[in-house]
Amino acid sequence: MAVKKKKDLRLDHKVIGDMVDRGSMVLDMGCGEGDLLEYLVRNKGVKGSGVEINEDAIYMCVEKGLSVSHGDIDSGLADYPDKLFDYIIFNQTMQQVKKPRLAITEALRIGKKVIIGFPNFCHINARMQFFFMGHVPVTTNLPYEWYDTPNLHFLSVKDFERFSRKEGITVEKRVFISRDRLVGFMPNLLASDAIFQISK
Amino acid sequence: METTDAQIMVAETKFYSTPPGEDFLLESGLTLKDLRIAYETYGKLNAERSNAVLLCHALSGDAHAAGYHKGDKKPGWWDPMVGPGKAFDTDKYYVICSNIIGGCKGSSGPNSINPSNGKPYGLSFPIVSVGDMVNAQKKLIEFLGIERLLCVSGGSMGGMQALDWAVRYPDIVESCIPVATTYKHSAQQIAFNEVGRQAIMADPAWNSGDYYGGEIPSRGLSVARMVGHITYMSSESMDQKFGRMIKEEKLGYGFTTEFEVEGYLRYRGDSFVKRFDANSYLYITKAMDHFDLQKDGKLYDVFKASRSRFLVITFSSDWLYPPVQLKEVVKALKMNGIDVTYCEISSNYGHDAFLLEFEVESKLIKFFLEKTFQKAGR
Repeated sequence: MAVKKKKDLRLDHKVIGDMVDRGSMVLDMGCGEGDLLEYLVRNKGVKGSGVEINEDAIYMCVEKGLSVSHGDIDSGLADYPDKLFDYIIFNQTMQQVKKPRLAITEALRIGKKVIIGFPNFCHINARMQFFFMGHVPVTTNLPYEWYDTPNLHFLSVKDFERFSRKEGITVEKRVFISRDRLVGFMPNLLASDAIFQISK
Repeated sequence: METTDAQIMVAETKFYSTPPGEDFLLESGLTLKDLRIAYETYGKLNAERSNAVLLCHALSGDAHAAGYHKGDKKPGWWDPMVGPGKAFDTDKYYVICSNIIGGCKGSSGPNSINPSNGKPYGLSFPIVSVGDMVNAQKKLIEFLGIERLLCVSGGSMGGMQALDWAVRYPDIVESCIPVATTYKHSAQQIAFNEVGRQAIMADPAWNSGDYYGGEIPSRGLSVARMVGHITYMSSESMDQKFGRMIKEEKLGYGFTTEFEVEGYLRYRGDSFVKRFDANSYLYITKAMDHFDLQKDGKLYDVFKASRSRFLVITFSSDWLYPPVQLKEVVKALKMNGIDVTYCEISSNYGHDAFLLEFEVESKLIKFFLEKTFQKAGR
């Protein structure tokens, strides 16, 4: 899934890299093969670790010299003490968590700030498919058919903003992306992905 | 150690003894005179003495972790993991493995000679603990001129020693790789060991441990080993290997060995008797049962002083040392903010997986060690 799978720098990685302070402690929830963590270690000197459910991805992380823990995000957060990390990152993983509200609450407990990157379900391409074609959207960003998607929750930029207000969460930074460009105008319609930095 | 052109590592067991008359203090408060430790080393200690790796063996293992003894056809117990270019790369690291005290492969144990009367100790050998095994290894590494260990690793009871090292000597252990083990023996783990011990002690030849020079309690020790082997395999791996296969054309009407699995267990039991001492089996299983890092406290507090990096490995089908036990260790480490990597390797082999899943274990250990070596500033 995720933004764009290409060997060179992914825009979402760069955006997250710009949010993270140099030398900070970072936990990447659902770190996959560790590409983002490796980027952050190399370019921002972070002390990073990850949690990942896929065994083969663990081997890739260890090969990159990363510390990673085999497990799922929902139960993995409870293993850490309060405010151990400067940043907890969920990049393209929040939509796959069983209980996102609990996960975000827990992340705000163990981390000072939380960075969440997710595909915007109300992007114009998705809306068009809904409206004109009458089926659940399958886009570059949301490439899965309904019957084999790992995504459990579908949210938009607006949904996340509303959730944050309701929960008393401070949105510190928000960056919107469409493919490989930043989006400044009407993000709920034009952004394929959103990256929020929040705190409480 | 030398490497021949065919990349076959020739290994040799060496011995270290404490100076005559020196007492080795045990956790029980008792002492052991003339402590002797059998050990092997592979690779070279670097000038900074910063590349030493200690491997700890399991219940029936020995100091012969890798390479071939002259004339032998079988290599050491972790040979696919130890050698030039392997996970424990002997081109980079100085790898040490020693026989535990209480063992029967060259280190002081119930079958060694009691200096006070010139006879084998038998049951007069003092009870030893996992901590005593670790302290004996510490004597050895001091003798080898090593102040810090880049890594301590082992599977099963070897993993208990590795964990004990990290807790007991946090400033010496750079990294710790416990594999398929636990921080304390559970009731079930104690129960299986007790069946093995009872089998040995029920054998009349055991004679209260006084059998050296006479008939050995081979029936009892063999049954103990058979029970052990059942716990080392998973139900799936047993079904795959034996199923209900029978040795003859059809089932008979008696109690001979009919099923392949029976034959396998008997073979395993019989071959074990030839290479292992029954009293050692009693002492070592007791040490495992007594092992409890947590004691009455919180596991979190146990690792408070730890300075090591950890790579914790479990196997999905290991029901003797189920992943849940080491997961508790991983949680305690995380709560202490300690650098830990955890992987539950999916495998059908049960507990035996730590001696069989070399390829995946190597993938983790090789890179973890490289990173540790890099961090330690080679």
